[in-house]
Amino acid sequence: MATELSAVPTASERMAYRAAQELRDEDVVFVGIGLPNLACNLARATHAPGLFMIYESGAVGAIPERLPVSIGDPSLVTDSLAVVGQADIFQCMLQRGLIEVGFLGGAQVDRWGNINTTVIGDYANPKVRLPGSGGACEIAVHARRLLIVMRMSKRTFVETCDFVTSPGHRVNGKRRAELGMPGGGPTRIITDLGVLDFDATGEAVLAEVYPSVTPEQVRAACGWPLRTAEALRTAAEPDVSVLRLLREKLDPQRLYL
Amino acid sequence: MNKLCSMKEAIAASVTDGCSLVIDGFTHLICFAAGHEIIRQGRRNLTAIRLTPDLVYDQLIEAGAVRKLVFSWAGNPGVGSLHALRRRSEASSPERLELEEYSHFGLLSRLLAGSAGLPFWPLNNYAGGDIARVNPSIKTVTCPFTGQALAAVPALRPDVAIIHCQRADAEGNAQVWGLLGSQKEVAFAAKKVVVVAEEIVSTERIRKDPNRTLVPGIIVSHVVHEPWGCHPSFVQGFHDRDNDFYVKWEDISRQPETYRAWLEEFVYGVKDRQDYLARLETGLLDKLRAKARVCEGVDYGY
Repeated sequence: MATELSAVPTASERMAYRAAQELRDEDVVFVGIGLPNLACNLARATHAPGLFMIYESGAVGAIPERLPVSIGDPSLVTDSLAVVGQADIFQCMLQRGLIEVGFLGGAQVDRWGNINTTVIGDYANPKVRLPGSGGACEIAVHARRLLIVMRMSKRTFVETCDFVTSPGHRVNGKRRAELGMPGGGPTRIITDLGVLDFDATGEAVLAEVYPSVTPEQVRAACGWPLRTAEALRTAAEPDVSVLRLLREKLDPQRLYL
Repeated sequence: MNKLCSMKEAIAASVTDGCSLVIDGFTHLICFAAGHEIIRQGRRNLTAIRLTPDLVYDQLIEAGAVRKLVFSWAGNPGVGSLHALRRRSEASSPERLELEEYSHFGLLSRLLAGSAGLPFWPLNNYAGGDIARVNPSIKTVTCPFTGQALAAVPALRPDVAIIHCQRADAEGNAQVWGLLGSQKEVAFAAKKVVVVAEEIVSTERIRKDPNRTLVPGIIVSHVVHEPWGCHPSFVQGFHDRDNDFYVKWEDISRQPETYRAWLEEFVYGVKDRQDYLARLETGLLDKLRAKARVCEGVDYGY
């Protein structure tokens, strides 16, 4: 059925596309749940056919023929290079240092890239109980590059996370190196308004905005006084062919879009 | 030794009030049939352990079987929240569940120690974050060779592990393919293991492909033949995940009234798994049945 294709990307499409641009062909990526899953599969279908996808569930070198409905989908197993137990995933792949790129999202992020997926409010008496870490904490500790993908609002981009599930560049005043974390920490936060990079001190700064978004709009959606990089770039957006791929082939059921 | 028995017998003989229990599986091979039988038998005060407590753990919680949850990610995978858990773990909750929380690697490390007969397991993790701050079982050790500081977690030895597999023989030699989760570690860590299988095969059939055996019969006490025992979860080579159910569950479980009505109809109101399957929508199992992707096998000759 022919449908009218809007050339204007939705927030999710923008984020999936922009996140996919961070992936290089043959990167070894630890694929997370949700939009990262779509971003990785988009990268593999476009500029990074050799993307090496590892899933927390144990699929190594996965090439799913359908968009996985979760990170433990059976389509990840069929035709993958290897399927291993989770002990091998966390010890031999992640802790051993084989993961180049990790992807995380969360309910809260702060200026150092610390992420909360555990509770909103006090830990012992939370306002909202969230799912918890899963593998997020160890991904944040060990991945050489960490990409954070989150929609931006004052509620989610906060001065201080209620709980630090996954450590970023600086936790309670201490830097990653002092804390002995082997991974490189967050490299970018990809949002629906723009992209934040991390400066030499480990603080997130606004580096890119999408066309039609102003830096003021981004700052208004941030819970800390967000600094702007000297050379602000325009973030790449998906063209019609990519939108068609996303909507008609990769996620026709709109699981993530 | 022939260890074959019904699910009813296996649960009655192994799961007792107050015991600690793992029904393992990571999205794959989650034995809902075992969880439902535990609810029907009215077990109470369980310590429920799993990296990814999902719908069947939430159902155990709603049914009042669980006192304490030991976990690392609690949600409806790809969909949303576990509502029975949330109703018992938030500030507004009248009754509260005891929670002991790790990341996946941390809880897996506890099971690794248990499975290897060691008192603890070291891992390079938790530096600086809050998980170790709120969980006193996560401590620090210093490597005696390099001086490096590492996290350490104590061995976990669950009283009972329930492991679903594609095929097993009557002694409990269990063969698994597809996602393995932490089934091996859970089985070796546990004091008692119940194996549930889609198919019961001869020991000769197991011996024809020994690399496929994940759990050896020597650590297994009961073997249950329960085809479709994992629905709505999936079994590689047998059936797909019933994703529509996971999506619908969000609405069913959000209100205690609709949640209880579902438990009445599909858990309390049925006598066993066959009865449950008979209540599912006509044609659903055919829709979920796997399309064959047979591998060519290997040569074990020498």
